Parts: sequence; structure tokens; C-alpha cells
Amino acid sequence: MRRRGFMAGTAALLAGACSKISDTPTAQSLFRASEGWHRGAQRLLGGGGLVKEYPRSDISPFFRGNGSTAIDTPEYAAAQAAGFVDWRLEIGGLVAHPLVLSLDNIRKLPQRTQVTRHDCVEGWSAIGEWTGPQLSTILEGAQLFPDARYIVFRCADTLGGARYYESIDLDDAFHPQTIIAHMLNGAPLPVRNGAPLRLRVERQLGYKHAKYLTGIEAVASLEGIEGGKGGYWEDRAGYHWYAGI
Amino acid sequence: MKRHALSTRLWHWLNVLCVVILFMSGLNISNAHPRLYWGDWGFAAGSEWLAVPRFPGWMTIPGHYSLAGAREWHVLVAWPFALGLLFIWAAMLANRHFAQDIATTRAEWRWSAIRADVAKHLRLDFEHAGSKFNFLQKLAYGIVLGVLLPGMILTGMGISPGMEPLLSPVIDLVGGRQSMRSLHFILAWAIFAFLVLHVALVLLSHPLRQMRDMITGGSDAP
Repeated sequence: MRRRGFMAGTAALLAGACSKISDTPTAQSLFRASEGWHRGAQRLLGGGGLVKEYPRSDISPFFRGNGSTAIDTPEYAAAQAAGFVDWRLEIGGLVAHPLVLSLDNIRKLPQRTQVTRHDCVEGWSAIGEWTGPQLSTILEGAQLFPDARYIVFRCADTLGGARYYESIDLDDAFHPQTIIAHMLNGAPLPVRNGAPLRLRVERQLGYKHAKYLTGIEAVASLEGIEGGKGGYWEDRAGYHWYAGI
Repeated sequence: MKRHALSTRLWHWLNVLCVVILFMSGLNISNAHPRLYWGDWGFAAGSEWLAVPRFPGWMTIPGHYSLAGAREWHVLVAWPFALGLLFIWAAMLANRHFAQDIATTRAEWRWSAIRADVAKHLRLDFEHAGSKFNFLQKLAYGIVLGVLLPGMILTGMGISPGMEPLLSPVIDLVGGRQSMRSLHFILAWAIFAFLVLHVALVLLSHPLRQMRDMITGGSDAP
């Protein structure tokens, strides 16, 4: 019993010490640095390869929705009732040709269909079939300026009163499996999964896959955008911006 | 001649710190979705093979539930943990610590020899002449260094989506990503079990001298 008490005491002490250390600038810069080392190592080892694509028979019977699973505004309800015919995806920022695409425009682009596994940061996984144009097709149409380094995704949903958004670097933006999906398992995206448009960025965790997309913006830096850390969960709770880990 | 080489001592204490931080931050991460599955996917209650209990704050890093905070520690400390393991393997092979002290001999695998060693352990008799470690010790250290610790790194990388392009054949080999996650959890508890046993045996066999030797190196003279 005494030994158990000692172990618990030591554990609690260490937990307390770690919590204190977490807040120091040194710890914060080490956390950020280690995130960069993982990104570098994964890019080096993965070499731009593709994630596994499954046969259709492996699709999960139900694709769980997480985070925002609905948008509680009259505008969204009206858009949904109309089959999202007036929904627009604006592509802007550091591009030579800003674009405004309707769902019809997006469906007419060359399509990619992929059965992939979605891994949530919490730990669960689900497999679904996603269809949509590659992000690279859209970005090539818009023509990025040379100083564009990140792609920011604007969303229609809010969580806790703040607008959801996400961002990725060009390596992920131009990866062949990075698509703007408008279909899940052969049907239009369900509301809980981000209707009418969501990002699929298969080499990263679920919170990077922004839903309810309204805009795509090429930027040189993430500073000055919302909280400056490149995404909703990054700003709010300190989640890693690079979520390949 | 020192009883423990400098490389062994440095790695030992670095590894203690890494394992404890990784384990405690891992328990916090486990709280985010305390269900384990086999296969590629899984998310629903009822399809898990194990419903993991919620770990209280005194067992976790940080000391309150924070998936983001726990991941920061986990992802940072994974580096010294993995590089440390690489270092000790290189050092053990170079200074022959592995070949001389940890690798078992064919004679030790005889059933009668194993039985005798187990019986000695049960009598809490840890004296052994000739080699530095007895058979069960060699086996335990060999499994920790060769299976459990590298297994943590492999299964950790296997559940990282960024490693998927490289590791998907390995992930398939164990049955899928959720199987990989389950193995990560099982191996973590296997390491914890080793830690408890290891500390208990140190306490039963000259704890002060053992601790001193693992810090200063001690001497090999009988």
C-alpha cells in the first residue's frame, strides 16, 4: 500500500511538473519544433506516396460525423432545401485567376473516387468512399502566385461561436489524394459529414478535413488569419497544425 | 571495469523519463476514446474488444483531461525515446554488452536449466556466478529492448496517418490501423508491467547498491 501511495505521489508530482513546464516558452518552442521534425521525417520517409485505398466492400456501414454535424442557420437550411444549387466555392488570395465555382462546376471537373480511412485525433477510424476533383486541378486553374505557401479553407460552420477554418501546406494541397469531396459512398455528402463540400487530406487526422467549404484562399503566411495558428482547433486548444502524427 | 557502462547508465535514466512521460500522456490520450478495436476501423460503442477505464488525473500528463496537451508531450518525447533506443542498440552492439550479457546461450534454453532458474527466483535467490545476468533477466531485458520498446515506436508510427504511405503493408500485416492502436496500448501496459517487476526486484536485491551502481557505474569486482 505504501509503495502504491508512493507511485501515485510520484506520478501526481510528475503530472504537476509537466503541466507547469508546458506553459513555459521553452516547452512551447520544443513542442512546435518536434511537430516540424515529425513532418520532415514523415515527408522524407513517405516520399509523397499514396495512402491505402480499400475495396468498396470495406466501407464502414455508417460514417460517423464529428465536430459540427449541422449548421443551425436559416441560410443553410434554405440552401439544403434547394439542393445547394446556389452554394459557391470562392478561390482567392494569392492567385492569378480568382474563381467562383458552383457545385455543378465542381462536378464537371475531372473526378477522383477513393475509398480511404478517416482517422480522428481521438483515436477512432471509419472507411468511406469519397468523390470530387483533386484540389490540384482547382489550384492549377486559379494559378498560384510564387509567394503562396499555404492553402486556407473557409467553412460555413461555427463551433462555440467561432468560424471553423483549416489550412495545409502546398505539399498536401498538391497530393493526388487531396480532393474537394461532394459525395460520400456514391451519394451527395450528408449534412453531418460536411454537405455540400468538404476537404479530404488523407495523410492527416480528421480535424484537418474542413467541412461545409465556402472558400479556398492561397496565402504566404498563416499569421494574421484568425488566431494565427492555422486552424480552429490549433487556435483554440493548441492541437498540432501538422496532423500527420 | 565498471559494472554498468556510461552508455547504459545514460540511456537507462533517459529512457525511464521518456517511458514515464509517454505512458502518462498516453493514458490521457486513451481517455479521448477509451475503446479498442481490431481491424481497420471502429468507432461505435459495442464493437470494441476492450472498453478501457477512464484514467484519473493523477495518472495522466497533463493532470487534467487535455488531448491536445497530452499529444504535445507524447509527440515531443517520442523523439528522445526513439533516438535513445537507436543509441543504446548501437552502443550495446559496439561494446559487446548485448553479446556478452544479454544474448542467451543454447544451454540456458534447456528445460531443466529454466526450471532451476525459476525456482531460484521464487526463493528470491538472485545470486548467480559467471555471467552478469541470469536467464530470466536476459530474457526480460532482451524482450524489452528487442520487442516492447521498438514495438512501441513501430505501432506509434503505424497509427500516424502521415506514415501510412510507407507503412500500410505493415499495418495490413497486423490486421489494420485499429489493430495497430490496440497493440500500441497492449505493448504500453507490457512495458508498465516490466517496470513494476523490475523495480520490485531491485527493491528485493540490494536496492541502494543497485541504484548507486546504475548512477556511478559501480565496479565489476566481486
